[in-house]
Amino acid sequence: MSWTLALPEIVLSCAGMAILVLGVLARENAFRMASMFTVGAMVLAAVLVMAGVPGLGYSGMFAVDAFSGFVKLLILAAAILAVILSMDYIEQENLRRFEFPVLMLFATVGMMLMASAVNLMSLYLGVELMSLSVYVLAAFARDDLRSSEAGLKYFVLGALASGLLLYGISLVYGFAGSMSFGDLGRLLSDKDHASTGVTVGVVFIVAGLSFKISAVPFHMWTPDVYEGAPTPVTAFMGTAPKVAAMALLLRVLGGPFGHLLAQWQQLIVLVAIASMLLGSLAAIGQKNIKRLMAYSSIGHMGYALVGLAAGTPLGVKGVLIYLVTYVFMNAGAFACILAMRRRGRAVEGISDLAGLARTDLGLALWLAVFMFSMAGIPPFSGFWGKLFIFQAAVSQGMWALAVIGVLTSVIGAYYYIRIIKVMFFDDSAEAFDARPASLSVVAVAGGLFTVLFFTFAAPVEAAALAAAKAIFG
Amino acid sequence: MIASLAFYLFSGILLASAAMVVSSRNPVHAVLFLILAFFNAAALFLLAGAEFLAMTLVIVYVGAVAVLFLFVVMMLDVNFVQLREGFQRYLPVGATIGVVLLGELVMVLGGWRIAPGSDGLRFAPMDAALDNTRQIGQILYTDYILLFQASGLILLVAMIGAIVLTLRDRKTSRHQNVATQIARTPADTLVLVDVVRGAGVPVDHYLRPKVTEAKPVAPADSHGGHH
Repeated sequence: MSWTLALPEIVLSCAGMAILVLGVLARENAFRMASMFTVGAMVLAAVLVMAGVPGLGYSGMFAVDAFSGFVKLLILAAAILAVILSMDYIEQENLRRFEFPVLMLFATVGMMLMASAVNLMSLYLGVELMSLSVYVLAAFARDDLRSSEAGLKYFVLGALASGLLLYGISLVYGFAGSMSFGDLGRLLSDKDHASTGVTVGVVFIVAGLSFKISAVPFHMWTPDVYEGAPTPVTAFMGTAPKVAAMALLLRVLGGPFGHLLAQWQQLIVLVAIASMLLGSLAAIGQKNIKRLMAYSSIGHMGYALVGLAAGTPLGVKGVLIYLVTYVFMNAGAFACILAMRRRGRAVEGISDLAGLARTDLGLALWLAVFMFSMAGIPPFSGFWGKLFIFQAAVSQGMWALAVIGVLTSVIGAYYYIRIIKVMFFDDSAEAFDARPASLSVVAVAGGLFTVLFFTFAAPVEAAALAAAKAIFG
Repeated sequence: MIASLAFYLFSGILLASAAMVVSSRNPVHAVLFLILAFFNAAALFLLAGAEFLAMTLVIVYVGAVAVLFLFVVMMLDVNFVQLREGFQRYLPVGATIGVVLLGELVMVLGGWRIAPGSDGLRFAPMDAALDNTRQIGQILYTDYILLFQASGLILLVAMIGAIVLTLRDRKTSRHQNVATQIARTPADTLVLVDVVRGAGVPVDHYLRPKVTEAKPVAPADSHGGHH
């Protein structure tokens, strides 16, 4: 057994425990130190991921391949951005506890385990490690009623989703007799072994994972949890866990259940259409920008699922590129949202952005870039993500899906562009407080990535295609 | 003969006590029946030749979990009658959904059959040369080491979460000061007095800890333990 396969995860977990001990021992500045060390450990893990050698280990439960490498790097990037975003907010809101970055770190370990899981058991443990950390993070502002509500709501519904997932896993295990993705794939290639029980199990597994990516009809928790959780936690929840859960969905449906394509395809098409519709329609009436981002993320997950519904390596490539663009524009948008503070208090209303262009042109411009990108307007990265997705759907003859996708993005463009209108053309409100450097760094990094994506799209596309071929095909 | 007699005895008591756990009105009685159920389950494991599991069940579940339950039940004083109040009201809807689900499950499970090659897929066939403790060890610490460690991380996160969400620093809470504790020497606190044999101890000569500094050094009754 080559234990070095999981070296990035091992190093990251050991670093997490070391930071925990340091945090207890150090009385002064424990939070800032823990955040710095967390970022350092994640960078180290990213280097180790890049140096990783492909292989299968731990009794066939843990795989390192092009797909896991791609997804892990994306997860680590999202997590690093979220930790940087949280540093100043947590101090301003007086939540200074060193456990915060440590929980983010352990959630990241869980997500990396998910990206490498090739067995239903390691899949489940990865999901639980991630979810449990995020439940605690959502309730982190424990004296704030909304945060506690968010944590509790997320926990109760998440436990239900875990139950569905486990039930599906048990059905698959009972009917197929194995939990290993490789064995399942070989077994189900024979039509005689693909019984109804396995199909029902797959439906439950899809339901459990759809909850994690907040796809309709498992989206109920999203707006409340996004609104109630501390904003950097919302930024974190909106990026890394979505990537990990979507990657898991790709691997599970593409690998072991790839031969059941005809069965799960209808399901994914339905979920994708419902998510795109709800994401674009329900967001129109929102007044709170965090709730708006919640509906926006539901819509984005719907678009990503279109690529999965195509059921080809091309589609998976599209999903991966979409996730890359989504992570950076989302992190950047949340950096701008975190900068919305007046007289030391965070404000969340869309109306609070009124006339931002006159008081802080830089912030308004970056937020406009992210909104344009989310609406899918070229040449920003969001456009390219959507392009690859719809291309994959069209190449499989799924015209209806592609047309609905394009129509809903037009509807979605309305509320993204409304924010830009409020910022640039409405009467100026009071200026925001001076923003800390950390937010500017993330906003500029995410913004440059979004604006300049078309210049380096080719290598990203090549990496995504290699990753897609590792699981599909 | 005796083995099957013992099996029926233990499983009979196990089922009866399990039924009592969910039906008894007094929660303390429920926990006590739970302990009885654990003991009988342990006896069943013994009959099956899994002595390690039997011992673990008694030590972990009876020794720790059930006692913890008992503490919680006694400390929280949950009113179970109040909890069950909505039971009658929701029974029809709940029962209908349950029956529908059961019917669907029966239809799904109707297709279940044992695959011809399923023996080969069974992960841990019994190896007669190894005792079961060793086999459990092999599965946990060799084959499933990844899952074992991941579960450990999950428990660690649960622990951190419980502390983060509930622990509050109060002005009155006493923290353990390890450095002060270690730096303490016998001379700081102890006085040796020569006692004249047979003379008794004068009332004003009771030995008391010397007060050496203004701040009291880690009081003896503090079991301390930050976190």
